Amino acid sequence: MEIRILGPGCPRCSEVEKRTINALAELNQAADVQKITDVKQIAEYKIISTPGLVINGKVKSYGRIPSLQEIKTWIEEEL
Amino acid sequence: MKDKWIFILIILVFLAAYFIPFNQLRVQQSIIEAFLLLQEYAREHVFLCLIPAFFIAGAITVFLSQAAVIKYFGAQAKKIISYSIASVSGAILAVCSCTVLPIFAGIYTRGAGIGPATAFLYSGPAINVLAIILTAKVLGYRLGLARVLGAIIFAVVIGLIMHFLFKKDEKEKRDQSEFIEPEEAKEKRPMWKTISYFAAMIGILVFINWGKSDPALKFWHFIYQAKWFIGAILAIVLAWMIITWFKKTELKEWTLSTWIFVKQILPLLLVGVLIAGFLLGRPDHEALIPSQWVAKLVGGNSLGATLFASVAGALMYFATLTEIPILQGLLGAGMGQGPALALLLAGPALSLPNMLVIRSIIGTKKTLVYVALVITMATVSGLIYGAIST
Repeated sequence: MEIRILGPGCPRCSEVEKRTINALAELNQAADVQKITDVKQIAEYKIISTPGLVINGKVKSYGRIPSLQEIKTWIEEEL
Repeated sequence: MKDKWIFILIILVFLAAYFIPFNQLRVQQSIIEAFLLLQEYAREHVFLCLIPAFFIAGAITVFLSQAAVIKYFGAQAKKIISYSIASVSGAILAVCSCTVLPIFAGIYTRGAGIGPATAFLYSGPAINVLAIILTAKVLGYRLGLARVLGAIIFAVVIGLIMHFLFKKDEKEKRDQSEFIEPEEAKEKRPMWKTISYFAAMIGILVFINWGKSDPALKFWHFIYQAKWFIGAILAIVLAWMIITWFKKTELKEWTLSTWIFVKQILPLLLVGVLIAGFLLGRPDHEALIPSQWVAKLVGGNSLGATLFASVAGALMYFATLTEIPILQGLLGAGMGQGPALALLLAGPALSLPNMLVIRSIIGTKKTLVYVALVITMATVSGLIYGAIST
């Protein structure tokens, strides 16, 4: 599973990263998690604002901090 | 913090501790001024202004739908609409200043292109909700209003000029695909509820900060005397709204969003206040930099002063909200109203590091033109405002 967190490095994006890692831990899942901070690369995902959460190439959320439960649901969807 | 920055910080603190002539009276007075300014902020601006403002900012990021704004940035949108929305939407989309650049890159690479993208880029930092609220409170409503209007009007102007100048480049290489539509199946709150909720919060903020006015102006003075009463009523209404209209999880998200802003912005603001106080002091109190220097460089409303303020603002980096204590100090030390507005319009929007990132997105030529336009517009607005406020 490939997870990308899109954000130029502000606290909101870090919060999404933190929740994602917690979600993976709670579901006992491993994944390749990377944070993308380069603005041009972020633009390629076609989201309008950061933070963005992308799982297996699909944009699951953007512009807000999703709840832990939501992230877990999305991870399970992609299993 | 990354190790590189910790090292640099240690070096800077050491150099400061080693070289600053603390035994000089002027330096001692400046240090006291720094803390006196800090105390003024703590006593006069934190509870009544900053805390409500942070809650409003948190509420915007959690409760206002970005989806409603997105569709105006698509390639299909009518030009007039996408420009107007681009210049105003910063208030909703870019409450966190860090999203300005990613959003700019997004708008630029698809949808309507460089025009609306630069309109947003310019106005976003300028109509940051927190910045407007604090500008109006600390520097006065006139300057706050001038900042908002100046930012919006000139955002559109700059966007249009950029569009016309670079029209040729546009046609070639744009990805015409639309932004991703949100797939949320979230239950929507009726619009009137959202509006009332925000109106209540903004109402509380406005009324409890109502300034004292000439007793001769009956209506305004009446409001001033009743401000706590009105504020209390609105607070009760707001509390009722919060209890009945919102789920617990939503309230938690709101509080978390607010807290993240506080963590991110408040420390930098306090440092900015200390530095501003140390260098410029409070109004009518001199600190390290003599008022004559300030008056000579940026006093009055001359072209030279306004232009200098624009250029300095464009190059300098201001963390969110720090432009306000700095401007407070400069105005108190003799800066003219015109140059002050110029600094407000060029400062937060641009900085050297900022320009480098913009360059990586739109290239050197367009960036230079953009910077030149910002400085020009800031100067023009400053000259106009300077003329009308005397």
